[in-house]
Amino acid sequence: MLALLRDLRRLRRDLDLQAPRRRSLAVRHVDAGSCNGCEHELTLATSPYYDLERYGFGFVASPRHADVLLVTGAVTTRMREPLLAAYAAMPEPRLVAAFGDCALGCGVLGQADQLAGPLEELVPVDLRIPGCPPAPDAIAAALGGALRQHRTDG
Amino acid sequence: MSYRARVEQSLAAGWRFGGLHASGSTVRTVLVSSDGKARVESVEGRVPSIVDLVPAAAWDEREAADLGGIAFDGHVPLRPLVDHDLDLARWTVPVHGHDAYQVAVGPIHAGVIESGHFRFHVVGDRILHLDARLFYKHRGLERAAEGRTADEGLAYVQRACAACAVSNTAAYAHAWESALGLHPTAELARVRTILLELERVWSHLNDIAAICAGVGLAAGNNRFAALTERARRLNATLTGHRFLFGTVAVAGSALAIEGDAIVAARAELERIEAESRSAWRELLFNGSFQDRLPDVGVVTREDALALGAVGPAARASGVAEDVRATADRLAYDGFQAVAPRRVAGDVQARLEQRAVELLQSFDVLGRLLTGPLEPCAAEPGGAEAPLGVGRVESPRGATLCVVERAGHRLERVRLRTGAYANWPVVAHAAAGNLLPDFPLINKSFELCYACADR
Repeated sequence: MLALLRDLRRLRRDLDLQAPRRRSLAVRHVDAGSCNGCEHELTLATSPYYDLERYGFGFVASPRHADVLLVTGAVTTRMREPLLAAYAAMPEPRLVAAFGDCALGCGVLGQADQLAGPLEELVPVDLRIPGCPPAPDAIAAALGGALRQHRTDG
Repeated sequence: MSYRARVEQSLAAGWRFGGLHASGSTVRTVLVSSDGKARVESVEGRVPSIVDLVPAAAWDEREAADLGGIAFDGHVPLRPLVDHDLDLARWTVPVHGHDAYQVAVGPIHAGVIESGHFRFHVVGDRILHLDARLFYKHRGLERAAEGRTADEGLAYVQRACAACAVSNTAAYAHAWESALGLHPTAELARVRTILLELERVWSHLNDIAAICAGVGLAAGNNRFAALTERARRLNATLTGHRFLFGTVAVAGSALAIEGDAIVAARAELERIEAESRSAWRELLFNGSFQDRLPDVGVVTREDALALGAVGPAARASGVAEDVRATADRLAYDGFQAVAPRRVAGDVQARLEQRAVELLQSFDVLGRLLTGPLEPCAAEPGGAEAPLGVGRVESPRGATLCVVERAGHRLERVRLRTGAYANWPVVAHAAAGNLLPDFPLINKSFELCYACADR
């Protein structure tokens, strides 16, 4: 256990991560029909190499606690209702992030009658994070932009 | 002899169920042998169910009923799988008794997790039965791929799942090449084997991290997540993509990696191996972590066989099968499925199996990363056929791809991934356990929803 913590401490020192910024954004992720690539990269964005939480980003369990609804995947017909329910449950002001090329409606593969998207036609999109999937460093940069926007609004 | 009798006879002769799908009004059942051969039994018109002979065919038949309109005689009740029936009584198993109630979870989960719905039938914290309803992410990829060329179809099987992108596209390439009468050269086999093992390395590191997260051991989770990141960066350095997208092609390989990059990759893999060994030792000697793992989510060998479990999960239950051992289209010369040290079929056995197989992957990569990778092509080797079957061992187990072709275009493609095979096993493993242990049981399988839903 001590060796694990030592390794992590050394990793943290070597990475020379920037000082944390003030304020925070709570993010609720909704997978609306992804290929699982976006989820895997989001998971690593909170890992030691990026440590998104040091900027004040935390993934929350309930849309009630969220400032940002982060949507991955081409919206499938079966995820349309759960997605809209999550959006409706969020307090104002709220932001929607289209995460990854599918959520942005770029080059979506699939059968038209199984897809309810694009996301933009279902909810207003404030933030666009392109990539297939977006890499963790791109995620950190894009959410940093959202934080600045949120600060101006708030 | 009838379709059902043929299947029954094959099973008696030692063949195993590989998958079943509807192609128009025809139902095709793939059977596989222990030496890696595959054959297909087809039937038209009224189709008898084989689910009593092969419980592992349950999801396949339900899918073919929903998407292909096939009524399987004898499959009673034939519950919807892909179709989302609003009537709870139609798609859940009735569970009655004193104090029994249901806990509904999902499709949106508390965390960065794919979408799917679990309906737990419980008394207190004890799970009596679990109905897993997936297919929230069903994009209709197989149908959308119909009519496409062999090359165009790659994108559809690749996007079925990023975590299994290489496995899915390699199985698809094998299926096409088998139908086109092609066989990979030694070099093509080497390239694809390297890609498959690179995928397995990051995936197994990720799965070990996930089990630490499932127990709440943040240090273990972070340590293995950092190693997962290193493995994905290595993928990007070698191929330009962190998930190795676009690296597998049909009938050849366009991948070119210079010798220097290969030498650097070997060195990085050696460092990742050394660090993962050291981190694994820490997990072994962490008592409170290890205490959470044994006797949770047990799958017996008999149940694993009946339910058609595959991959590390099946091997942890004592089913010593690994497609790599008989893969004549890949470069796994002399490969043997690792026998688990502890055939308990629980969370601990599944975790240990991954750790052992991770080392095996480092060995295979060390043996194959000996020189530059150069573009190469498959060569003629076998008869052409209207149908081809490809099978590879994905990080989650045997992945089957069936291609039915009209010339060089897809008439039908079916992808049956390791995750698809193992989802019913997860539901089975949950029964009898405590509800708060489900995340841990689930993570010990770490299945993708995307490649089951397609």
